[in-house]
Amino acid sequence: MVLDSSKDLAPAEPTGIWSWITTVDHKRIGLLYGVTALIAFFVAGLEALLLRLQLTTANGTVLSADAYNQLFTMHGLTMLLVVVMPVGAAFMNYFIPLHIGARDVAFPRANAFSYWLFLFSTIMLLSSFVLGGAPDGGWFGYAPLSTQLDEFVRMDYYAIGAQLLGIASIMASANFIATVFTMRAPGMNLMRIPVFTWMAVVVSFLLIFSLPIFGVGLFQMFFDRNFGTQFFGGGGDPLLWQHLFWLFGHPEVYVLILPAMGIVSEVIPVFSRKPLFGYPFVVFSGIAIGFMGFGVWAHHMYTAGLGPVAEAGFGVATMMIAVPTGVKIFNWIGTMWGGKVRFELPMMFAIGFVSLFVIGGLSGVLHSVVPSDYQQHDSYFVVAHFHYVLFGGGVFGYVAGAYYWFPKWTGRFLDQRLGQWHFWLMLLGFNLTFAPMHILGLNGMARRTYRYPEGLGWEFWNQVATVGSFIIGISFLIFAWNLIKSRKHGVAAGSDPWDGRTLEWSIPSPPPVHNFDEIPHVEHVDDFWHRKYATDEEGRAVRMPDVTGGTIAPETTTGGESEGGGHEDDMHMPSPSYYPIVAAFGIIITGYGFVYLPGGWVAVGVGALVTLWGFFGWSLEPVTRDEHHD
Amino acid sequence: MPLASTPVAIAGKVKHDQKKAIPGVARRSPRLVGLVALLALVLSACSGSGPQTALNPEGPIGRTIDDLWELVFILATVVFVIVQAALIYAIVRFRARKGDDSEPVQVHGNTRLEILWTIIPVVILAAIGFPTVRGIFDVRAIAEGADVLQVQVTGHQWWWEFEYVDLADETGRTLVTANELYIPEDTEVNLTMTSADVIHSFWVPVLAGKRDAVPNRVSNLTLIADNPTPPDAPHPGQCAEYCGLAHADMRIKVHVRTQADFDAWVADQLTPATIPTEGAAAAGYEAFNTCVACHNVTVMGENGPEDIGVVRTIEVDGVTFTSSLAPNLTHFGGRDTFGSGTFENNAEHLAQWLADPSELKPMRPELNDIPNGRILGMPNFNLSSDDIANLIALLEGWE
Repeated sequence: MVLDSSKDLAPAEPTGIWSWITTVDHKRIGLLYGVTALIAFFVAGLEALLLRLQLTTANGTVLSADAYNQLFTMHGLTMLLVVVMPVGAAFMNYFIPLHIGARDVAFPRANAFSYWLFLFSTIMLLSSFVLGGAPDGGWFGYAPLSTQLDEFVRMDYYAIGAQLLGIASIMASANFIATVFTMRAPGMNLMRIPVFTWMAVVVSFLLIFSLPIFGVGLFQMFFDRNFGTQFFGGGGDPLLWQHLFWLFGHPEVYVLILPAMGIVSEVIPVFSRKPLFGYPFVVFSGIAIGFMGFGVWAHHMYTAGLGPVAEAGFGVATMMIAVPTGVKIFNWIGTMWGGKVRFELPMMFAIGFVSLFVIGGLSGVLHSVVPSDYQQHDSYFVVAHFHYVLFGGGVFGYVAGAYYWFPKWTGRFLDQRLGQWHFWLMLLGFNLTFAPMHILGLNGMARRTYRYPEGLGWEFWNQVATVGSFIIGISFLIFAWNLIKSRKHGVAAGSDPWDGRTLEWSIPSPPPVHNFDEIPHVEHVDDFWHRKYATDEEGRAVRMPDVTGGTIAPETTTGGESEGGGHEDDMHMPSPSYYPIVAAFGIIITGYGFVYLPGGWVAVGVGALVTLWGFFGWSLEPVTRDEHHD
Repeated sequence: MPLASTPVAIAGKVKHDQKKAIPGVARRSPRLVGLVALLALVLSACSGSGPQTALNPEGPIGRTIDDLWELVFILATVVFVIVQAALIYAIVRFRARKGDDSEPVQVHGNTRLEILWTIIPVVILAAIGFPTVRGIFDVRAIAEGADVLQVQVTGHQWWWEFEYVDLADETGRTLVTANELYIPEDTEVNLTMTSADVIHSFWVPVLAGKRDAVPNRVSNLTLIADNPTPPDAPHPGQCAEYCGLAHADMRIKVHVRTQADFDAWVADQLTPATIPTEGAAAAGYEAFNTCVACHNVTVMGENGPEDIGVVRTIEVDGVTFTSSLAPNLTHFGGRDTFGSGTFENNAEHLAQWLADPSELKPMRPELNDIPNGRILGMPNFNLSSDDIANLIALLEGWE
């Protein structure tokens, strides 16, 4: 009866394109992030396949040097800033409020603004291919190469595009932190938050502290290129850029991997039917990785000439990051140990993550051995290492998340058979592509080289890698087909298909606009599990009788009218608004203007006006729907 | 690689355990054997192959690095095998079986275990930390003393310039060459490096790790080579820091010679080129006027050695580096390669190069700014085929 009256009060889900443009619903914004990132993944993947084709033979002629350099720069830039980071943001957007029992994020319109700015920055970066050439100085943009050719707009696209993506990310991060710290359901203290959401908090702090450093560097690069300052070039210091870049760039690595670790920490307990082994240790090791991530940036600079003392210090600090990382891995194995491991698709990808991440982690330790890194630095060994971490780790983790939560997004399962094909092909293709790169790197193949001569013995493993990369491509076509097909025609999943542990499984799939009819009252880590199961004397889980089909009967959650915390007030969802997209659009006009200085000053002015209009309208419009609508 | 047998042994043990623990898994063993064979193949591939490998060092610096690498690689392999075995054991042993609906014991953690698997990695890392720090100081030590061969290196987009600062003729002209470095065997060579434009990195894997050549900064790298290289097989290397368009074509050849052969090479290099007086080469010398806008060459004039073309230097941190706009061509004909170690030096390649340099090696000569010292490649001078033939005759004659 409580449920019914809530439903009457709940806002209906709007439909149509306009409703997506003006949406401030964290779930829709999460899906927008996800779909955008997936499309960008295919673009960046296509770039990678072209790179692989070029390297299949010695003295390859598929691409020109100029094309190759643009493509490898954009592959890195796109995969990191436009694919993996936003995929993390997609999961965070969708699940942070659901995990902590909230109805939306703290600042819904700022959230929409973050997405639109991200989308427009992405379009801007990709448009550079047809508007004067894409960035070709590497995603790391080392000065003074990046400030050298100011005849071209390419690295201006880099300086402005990355800057705007950074602004979007900082705003999103502030939003997530505010959400987790202020909007948790009653009883959801910090040590009851699901690990994924904990990792989201760590990542948000990493971004808030590291992106401004990158932003400063990007401004300096832009000034060097356009206004004749000499921060890095001319009489300036090229190593200054490297310090600024890697002070962002290294924490960024953890930004990319920690959410995937969070996902795996959600998936493994569910499919082992045990709680996460050592929850506080997993959380604190994540926080430790975040802190230590700021103290190891110079391990990207061992060949730059910092002096042996600095190199030794950063080497030892880097080794120590292996400790909290190891703690996580052992705890995941500890979770499976003694459990009932079910090989459902999310679990298969999660196990793949653990296994492949171990390889990437160990090759990372090899890099921390500084003299050894004098050889491996900027060789294909490094390429192998970070793909094991970011693809074998990151992408496997995010795909695990997609299989795990697809039923929550759509109410349907992803197809089992297609999923099996996807997993095995991806596992095979991934290892065929990147394992040989270890060997190539140790045998002296340098990165970022558009061709290599005969006689160095690199052809065979390059061919294996190319074959592998196309197998990865096929596996992701299968995945895309699975997503499209299963969205409408998948097997119906119900609200709690995996017998889940966290709050998102306590509500219907897909969730209603307001998420929770009744704000839950939390008493445990994995609160939803504890509403379904008790333990016997031996400590085994025993299903409680009052649970019906995975969905909690209303009586068990309500717990009296007063405890829910005045749900009628909470039902006022934020109104849709088109001002976020207007403001973001204005900023992107400004961005294009800066790229094409001095003629672009006109666009800078126009864009600034549009931005002002957006922010002005935003600040004047009422936050929630008209109070008198009924 | 001595490790190739290790995974076989360990995996064999896993197989054995599985037979005991879980009936029915044994029939999967062919797959496991295949997996192990694949792993062994991959590991055997790690043993180092090709002339640019870091795994078959040809000098003590490279060996110090390789020894350290092998130690850590063995440790990493052991950890890898243990962790993967634990993972595989966990998912096989504790997999949900059909018909078993019982629930597992809800273990939340174990503080002792947590402390254990925090401390063990710390101990392992400390074990590799000490040799690491020692190795840094060993490898990074700058070679000093009268016996050390001093070579100054200037990185350019996209070629290397070498100046042997202690080796000069009687007029004080030092030995300057490009892309092909000659060093005597068993001798410490101290490279003092900078860059004329963007960051480059000097990397000859069989001799040493890489070291960046950074504009406005001076860096050092020590090379020591055990044995002379065959005339046709110098140690290959390349620029390892992305430096723009033709980064891939910025290669290095290191020729190692006996001390006697090296001295002979030095004497030869310090001899000025002769000005040809007749035939195609003489006509080529006329056409060469175009080239000296950037290139330079030391010729024997009427009053002794004479420099033709632009000779430039840059000063960085009190060190004066030769920084030519383009490679010194005095002994061009004696080089095995051109285009920074990219093309075999023969008439056919040279004809292609002179007809359109950017066709052979990607460059951006249209952005050259000679007064400001910015050179991004050799322009196409639209030379006639006669000029090309004459220039080839000239250059190949300057051995």
